[in-house]
Amino acid sequence: MLIIFYVAAAIAIISTVMMITRMNAVHALLYLVVSLLAVAIVFYVLGAPFVATLEVIIYAGAIMVLFIFVMMMLNLGERAIQMERSWVNPGTWVGPAILAAALLIELGFTLSARPAAQTHATDPKAVALSLYGPYLLGVELVSMLLLAGIVGAYHIGFTGPEEKETVDATKLDRERTLAGGHLVHAGAGRIAVPPQRDIYADVD
Amino acid sequence: MSIEVMLNASGLGFVVAGARWGQTDGQVMFLFVLAMAAAEVSVGLALVLRLYHLYKSLDVDASSLLGG
Repeated sequence: MLIIFYVAAAIAIISTVMMITRMNAVHALLYLVVSLLAVAIVFYVLGAPFVATLEVIIYAGAIMVLFIFVMMMLNLGERAIQMERSWVNPGTWVGPAILAAALLIELGFTLSARPAAQTHATDPKAVALSLYGPYLLGVELVSMLLLAGIVGAYHIGFTGPEEKETVDATKLDRERTLAGGHLVHAGAGRIAVPPQRDIYADVD
Repeated sequence: MSIEVMLNASGLGFVVAGARWGQTDGQVMFLFVLAMAAAEVSVGLALVLRLYHLYKSLDVDASSLLGG
């Protein structure tokens, strides 16, 4: 059990570091999924199987699908990768890395000074009793927060009907080219009309 | 995505503390963190889509002006 815990924790840390340092957003997302799954294993070993299940279903399932959907929709391309590569130079991240390393050393000293606690599993029934007992007000607040999130996302993402009519595929392609974006060859690019020969060229 | 990592780390801390003292409060707090992350992700991704529609780019420096 202890070996499983350490392996899962190492996988979580390594995959999170890899996720932060990736240039391509989709690669970073894949590493993030691996990290979340490793954290779910850590939860299970710690004696929280209910939370581990929720971690897999909601985080690694729903939220990651949302991320992947938006990333495939935007399709930023090579230019954004070049820009991010120019941002990641050592001068920007050395300071925070040193501070985080100091925190890590502190954590190691704290953990080594104290005897390790034995773990005992808490079943979902106890969690549910606590959730709907003393934390009932919190559940209601979270439900209102989720409702506000849904309404806010709909309101922000809503483009009016008059705005939708003016956007056609060729215009979008031209604007993307002007902005330096990457064209989607399989999608909207095919709609663009090829340049036609001027049939009135020799008619005066 | 980095915010997701940070929220996940805080949730891990809650669950570890709950397992250390044998209480279920840590897991309840993790559920709250989970719901909050879901709401935040939906609003944040809607903002990102809106930004992309406006500027055709995801450069945050392009949107340095507030307007009503």
